[in-house]
Amino acid sequence: MVVAKRSFAFFMFRLVVYFLAVEKIFKDEASEEKGERARMASFVGAMAIADLVKTTLGPKGMDKILQSTGRGRAVTVTNDGATILKSLHIDNPAAKVLVDISKVQDDEVGDGTTSVVVLAGELLREAEKLVASKIHPMTIISGFRMAAECARNALLQKVVDNGADSEKFKSDLMKIARTTLSSKILSQDKEHFAKLAVDAVMRLKGSTNLESIQIIKKPGGSLKDSFLDEGFILDKKIGIGQPKRIENAKILVANTAMDTDKVKIYGARVRVDSMSRVAEIEGAEKEKMREKVQKIIAHGINCFVNRQLIYNFPEELFADAGILAIEHADFDGIERLALVTGGEIASTFDNPESVKLGHCKLIEEIMIGEDKLIHFSGVEMGQACTIVLRGASHHVLDEAERSLHDALCVLSQTVNDSRVLLGGGWPEMVMAKEVDELARKTPGKKSHAIEAFSRALLAIPTIIADNAGLDSAELIAQLRAEHHKEGCTAGIDVLSGSVGDMAELGISEAFKVKQAVLLSATEAAEMILRVDEIITCAPRRREDRM
Amino acid sequence: MALAFDEFGRPFIILKEQEQKTRLRGLDAHKANISAGKAVARILKTSLGPKGMDKMLSSPDGDVTITNDGATILEQMDVDNQIAKLMVDLSRSQDYEIGDGTTGVVVMAGSFLEQAERLLEHGIHPIRIAEGFEMASRIAVEHLERIAQKFEFGPANLEPLIQTCMTTLSSKIVNRCKRDLAEIAVKAVLAVADLERKDVNLDLIKVEGKVGGKLEDTELIYGIIVDKDMSHPQMPKRIEDAKIAILTCPFEPPKPKTKHKVDIDSVEKFQTLRLQEQKYFDDMVQKCKDVGASLVICQWGFDDEANHLLMHRNLPAVRWVGGVELELIAIATGGRIVPRFQELTPEKLGKAGLVREKSFGTTKDRMLYIEHCANSRAVTIFIRGGNKMIIEETKRSIHDALCVARNLIRNNSIVYGGGSAEISCSVAVEAAADRYPGVEQYAIRAFADALDSIPMALAENSGLQPIETLSAVKSQQIKENNPFYGIDCNDVGTNDMCEQNVFETLIGKQQQILLATQVVKMILKIDDVISPSEY
Repeated sequence: MVVAKRSFAFFMFRLVVYFLAVEKIFKDEASEEKGERARMASFVGAMAIADLVKTTLGPKGMDKILQSTGRGRAVTVTNDGATILKSLHIDNPAAKVLVDISKVQDDEVGDGTTSVVVLAGELLREAEKLVASKIHPMTIISGFRMAAECARNALLQKVVDNGADSEKFKSDLMKIARTTLSSKILSQDKEHFAKLAVDAVMRLKGSTNLESIQIIKKPGGSLKDSFLDEGFILDKKIGIGQPKRIENAKILVANTAMDTDKVKIYGARVRVDSMSRVAEIEGAEKEKMREKVQKIIAHGINCFVNRQLIYNFPEELFADAGILAIEHADFDGIERLALVTGGEIASTFDNPESVKLGHCKLIEEIMIGEDKLIHFSGVEMGQACTIVLRGASHHVLDEAERSLHDALCVLSQTVNDSRVLLGGGWPEMVMAKEVDELARKTPGKKSHAIEAFSRALLAIPTIIADNAGLDSAELIAQLRAEHHKEGCTAGIDVLSGSVGDMAELGISEAFKVKQAVLLSATEAAEMILRVDEIITCAPRRREDRM
Repeated sequence: MALAFDEFGRPFIILKEQEQKTRLRGLDAHKANISAGKAVARILKTSLGPKGMDKMLSSPDGDVTITNDGATILEQMDVDNQIAKLMVDLSRSQDYEIGDGTTGVVVMAGSFLEQAERLLEHGIHPIRIAEGFEMASRIAVEHLERIAQKFEFGPANLEPLIQTCMTTLSSKIVNRCKRDLAEIAVKAVLAVADLERKDVNLDLIKVEGKVGGKLEDTELIYGIIVDKDMSHPQMPKRIEDAKIAILTCPFEPPKPKTKHKVDIDSVEKFQTLRLQEQKYFDDMVQKCKDVGASLVICQWGFDDEANHLLMHRNLPAVRWVGGVELELIAIATGGRIVPRFQELTPEKLGKAGLVREKSFGTTKDRMLYIEHCANSRAVTIFIRGGNKMIIEETKRSIHDALCVARNLIRNNSIVYGGGSAEISCSVAVEAAADRYPGVEQYAIRAFADALDSIPMALAENSGLQPIETLSAVKSQQIKENNPFYGIDCNDVGTNDMCEQNVFETLIGKQQQILLATQVVKMILKIDDVISPSEY
């Protein structure tokens, strides 16, 4: 690196001289980097990012501490590639491309955020060697493309689809959840959490909307105490003087103002000429609210959940009528509640007969740790559910939530696309083998690039083994030998530190994740390779707000 | 020097604050201008052709753009020099007029300037050079017309159109699936084209992108996609045979433009006002229902109450739809945009066969598809890709392809690409030069040399020996009297662009030559550059 920097400075000096001699066409602080230098800058940037997250890969990967620059210097401890990269302040444009693909991977499939960056980094590392040996970037790109296509086909051939057999499919899901969770903080209790995640996703019935799975974090207890609740838990307290337990509840879910109902006609204002008039208007207002409450009560409900505030007066009225009123549930909470109980979100209350009410068997107040929560059980439609996470500290809980989120994402995607692969570096080995074979068959300079692609693929199991403190060179060599047999299922068994049978160990990964990793990493590498000039505009001046 | 004398011999100052300005005159000014123009062209030169490289641009806010499109590169570059700005404008006007060839035009202007510099050193007057270039460009354009070929296409035979679009796309990062994208672009253009009038309104083609998936998932939708979801989470996500009310008025009590106040001073008034308010909402929703609408698309927001009433009456609605999208929806569904509830009539409703909401990925992203519209004249190209930069670049590439397809519909003449047209023009101009007496002859010859620079750059970018390749192709063209020989960038094995199916539009090429000549003429005419000093 030091050598690189020195030659950088030298180049820069020459460039400046050159530019002065010609003509300045850019604005003052704008800069331009050309050809080899531009390529070098992007390679160095991209590889630096890949090296940064490399050590978090695999079941024995390490975590990173991120400290924010904002007030409070909040600390995050995480293993999730997307989270790490999101919080970095990066100046290098090529590095930004990698951060972007990791973000997209997170949005699209949820997992593999580290792998995609590492693979792109490895591809660029190999490409750098090829460029150094005078192979044109375009040739490298076309080789990479052929290789990526071939690798994808190799995966497609080996893929297992148990979508039709629900018993087997469920065990597949369990395996995937376990594999995903094993590289996270939850690995100690992965069995427990895998079951949680699979149960939660199965309830979604094929929808990918993870909004309906609510995750409540409550510090205290241990991770093992986390549980999935069939019903729905709302993080709210029950108003004073209202029933704490309702059986066979009829619930009206609403989004309406229950403070002072403001007049919506534009320009309306109250103008009075005496104190008694004020009292009258106030009385009318109160009357209006009372009427509204009456109308709501007329629905024949015994539980009323509102998105907005409920003032004391209507709350009192509800309490009088023996109705449980819950105020200020956030929007997601309302939507989920509506989903769970099968009611509709109402804002007007004039025709009670046609409003669909929600139902549940039992509403009660429960205690988790020190907090009181409202628990709806025996709900009609089981689409939504709640996972309560318990853990020693906020950091643990946050990381647990991210891990669980990853698992849920992967599972929900797998429900839609039920193709499954083995894990533990097995897919990479399969792809590498096929790509290697393609390299031997391809005439021309492209074959070097294809070979390089297969080397980059091998880097992933190598890093996994390295992170686990194993002898990667030995292991990979063994794996390669194994994979030359037909129908091999061998991968790295990190726990025992040897080559193991992945099918037996039950380590699986979703095809969709692997495919997304492969394609977006290739795409990103291609994009960075194509660049031969970096033009940086002068940074916009900001007022110093500090 | 900026002193002048009036008729009585008294000096007066023409330029204010003379000392504080830097000034370049005569040959120095020409040289400075030319080198600035050349510097811009040099940046773009490596982006030319199918093997051209991309540029990475980092904006003042730190956003990264990676592109191959000349117009975009120049637009986002922080250019300060005036002449460089002229070049930026040049590429922009090519973009507006033709849409493609934005890189080529700048490279061409750069090489014209290079040749002009040499002639200036010989002591030829800049105006004579400019005139010579003008004559030469006329010869070239006429020659292009002669070698151009017409080709026939129709709804049944789209192949030529697709091939031309593929030529455009092959220099972009999307060339992995250029065939698919070219087909999409051609189909989209044909869907909105008015073949009688030979005109295409590209505004009717909406290009929408969403990160995720892969490029191959890019699709053409005969309808509109709106990046919005239903206003109430429990409204139906799928509506068949939708009748759409397109509104530009909010579901709120009316706000008269004149300033007014409603004074409430008694309980009765307060109550009537309340009833009135409820009635407003009820009426509005009822009106939509009465005309038979089954979907409401509104430019503004809804009040919670209105929202629930809509939901209650089983009338799905979409809110906060942008003005442009609203117009497109109106065109596609054959509906009218209605500004007031009172004017809502059944005839003004738009019709669509299917409206559905589709969710993407693991986040809560949803989009609304409006398909099988009454009038399929508005289409959407929906791009998927691995990351934001790919999507943006694909959008630009698709735009280029659309423009090319449109140009072909307007004028179905093509010339062959791969530098073959430039080489052929260069030969023709060179031959014509000898017939011109006077100094212009030199300028015309220089023009011919400058035209060679495009195939030369193509060959260089493709890793071929530029001079060797060019001279081989040129002699082949003359020997066989066949203007279709060009540079074999993709190493296919033949120089015949006719066989390789590499086409470009005639008007695009003509425009390139004309625009480049014009800018060069303009730059050559400048002989004095006055710029205020920095401080």
